[in-house]
Amino acid sequence: MSHLLEVRNLSKSFGGLQATKDVSFTLEEGEIVGLIGPNGAGKTTLVNLITGVLSPSAGSIVFRGRDVSRQRPWQAARSGLARTFQIVQPFPQMTVLENVAAGALFAGAASSRAQAEREAMEHLEFVGLADQALRPATALTLPSRKRLELAKSLAMKPKLLLLDEVNAGLNTAEIDKALALMRTIAARGITILLIEHLMKVVTSLSTRVLVLHHGELISQGAPQAVLEDPKVVEAYLGSKFAARLAAQAQETGVEHV
Amino acid sequence: MSTSAKLPARRGLRPAHFVFLAWALLLAAMPFLADNYFVRLATFVAMYSALALSWNFIGGYTGYPSFATAAFVGLGSYTGAVLQNAGAPMVVAWVCATLFTGLVAALIGAAILRMKGHYFAVGSITLIEVLHQVASLWSSVTGGGEGLNVPILAGGPDFAGRVFLYAMLVTMLLVWAVTLWVDRSKLGFGLRCISQNEDAADMVGIQVNRYKTAAFTLSALFCGTVGAIYASWVSYISPSDAFSVLLTLKVPAMAMLGGLGTVYGPIVGAAAFVLMEETIWAHFLDYNQAILGVVIVLLILFLPGGFLKIDYRRLWRRPLPVRPAASVTAGGEKGDKAEKAAAPLATFAREGRS
Repeated sequence: MSHLLEVRNLSKSFGGLQATKDVSFTLEEGEIVGLIGPNGAGKTTLVNLITGVLSPSAGSIVFRGRDVSRQRPWQAARSGLARTFQIVQPFPQMTVLENVAAGALFAGAASSRAQAEREAMEHLEFVGLADQALRPATALTLPSRKRLELAKSLAMKPKLLLLDEVNAGLNTAEIDKALALMRTIAARGITILLIEHLMKVVTSLSTRVLVLHHGELISQGAPQAVLEDPKVVEAYLGSKFAARLAAQAQETGVEHV
Repeated sequence: MSTSAKLPARRGLRPAHFVFLAWALLLAAMPFLADNYFVRLATFVAMYSALALSWNFIGGYTGYPSFATAAFVGLGSYTGAVLQNAGAPMVVAWVCATLFTGLVAALIGAAILRMKGHYFAVGSITLIEVLHQVASLWSSVTGGGEGLNVPILAGGPDFAGRVFLYAMLVTMLLVWAVTLWVDRSKLGFGLRCISQNEDAADMVGIQVNRYKTAAFTLSALFCGTVGAIYASWVSYISPSDAFSVLLTLKVPAMAMLGGLGTVYGPIVGAAAFVLMEETIWAHFLDYNQAILGVVIVLLILFLPGGFLKIDYRRLWRRPLPVRPAASVTAGGEKGDKAEKAAAPLATFAREGRS
């Protein structure tokens, strides 16, 4: 069992809707892997399956050599699987510090509330929120709330971090900061699965990219190769455009993205 | 990086603890200061403080609106009464009633805490009716609709009055001590997380069901004690007396009045409520319940955070609520609310001093 995470033939259906169809892939320790796909492709469903929010209809998830297909979210959190939410989920009436301390105390390694707060402060300094530590979580701006989510999941001492659109709604300068932050996290040895719409982020960070479309994994591999895959182009831009692009490429011999 | 310097200081001994202990001493001294009416009143204050503090575990810290208080008080009083009639010494009956009530709550809690919000509220209130029916129909054990007599404590009314006052006071102090512990512990922190965002609490590794069940059990445990002591005190219980819906509504109102999810809110609320009820009762025999209802609605409307959420020091410095509009600070809606809440009290304080 050398893989950090192994997803085998994973399927999930909600009534008649098949949100995830027979998805299989692996994540190796230390990788940054991008997960992309058009809206409604089933990216968040996949994250929910991995973190125990949903249980799979079929297939299995093996994390660090253990079958975790049926685990509850709190078990996932304690086993080293942390995630951020596309729609941020703070404890609204608590301070920023307490929010992060909760992660350190219940899923991380902190043995007491005082220690959890000390650790939380370090994570807040890391994401650049230290000066807001004692403000209520609701007082933060959206970019700061995204960073709060990040600090909270880091406090959980994860082995695998699932980042669900942490960069959505950020401006260019903020994205550059976020990129630097994610590189530092990866350098600490935390494996990252990055769900992202912004191609700039995906191509500059990921070593590998997975593409979901209608719940199916249609392509995976190095970022550039995946983006040139006709199936991916078709999923994003439609079959007509994909055909034209292919014809054009044949004519001129020039590679298009 | 001097991180520790920026962290908020841990709370040590606060003046509130001393005020509370002085209050408990005053209640304890009642038999030496006043007649039996006041001893009885002090017993009620201690009893309701214990109940409001208990409810605070589930309703305040965890944010689950439980209406099961009367169910557990009734269960405790019947358990205590049955045991005493079977020959168990009074205090043994109380302890057994406490443990049995806690056990029942743990089992029921694991089931009904899967419901949320209004559903949970309705589920918890059903519990009263179910136990009420059991007490009414299981005549061989509970005496059915005729109720149960409990042996009267020997030694005369003065002595009995003291015994039950001190029993209720000890219960109140026990729940207070447990509250202090919970407030500072991992459990209390987890419960607060659950009350604010249960899904997020699950995601950071909190065993939500286990935590909620613990809170529900704690909220029931001392209701059992209070019920058993109450049964010995009044020496007769009947199903409709033991499982009273009014009690189940009063106790959360007290906790809200003082301040939810705080250590001292329920104590302040219970004392204020009992004294208010008592004075209104004495002066308006016909309309007392109606007036009480209006008072509660007004207090909850204008003091949504309870008595303890008012910034008393600010009131003291600037007792006049009349201020230029510009000085309404950046607090926005919140500051506005606090000011509205403060207004009647500020006026009251001013008139009281002049």
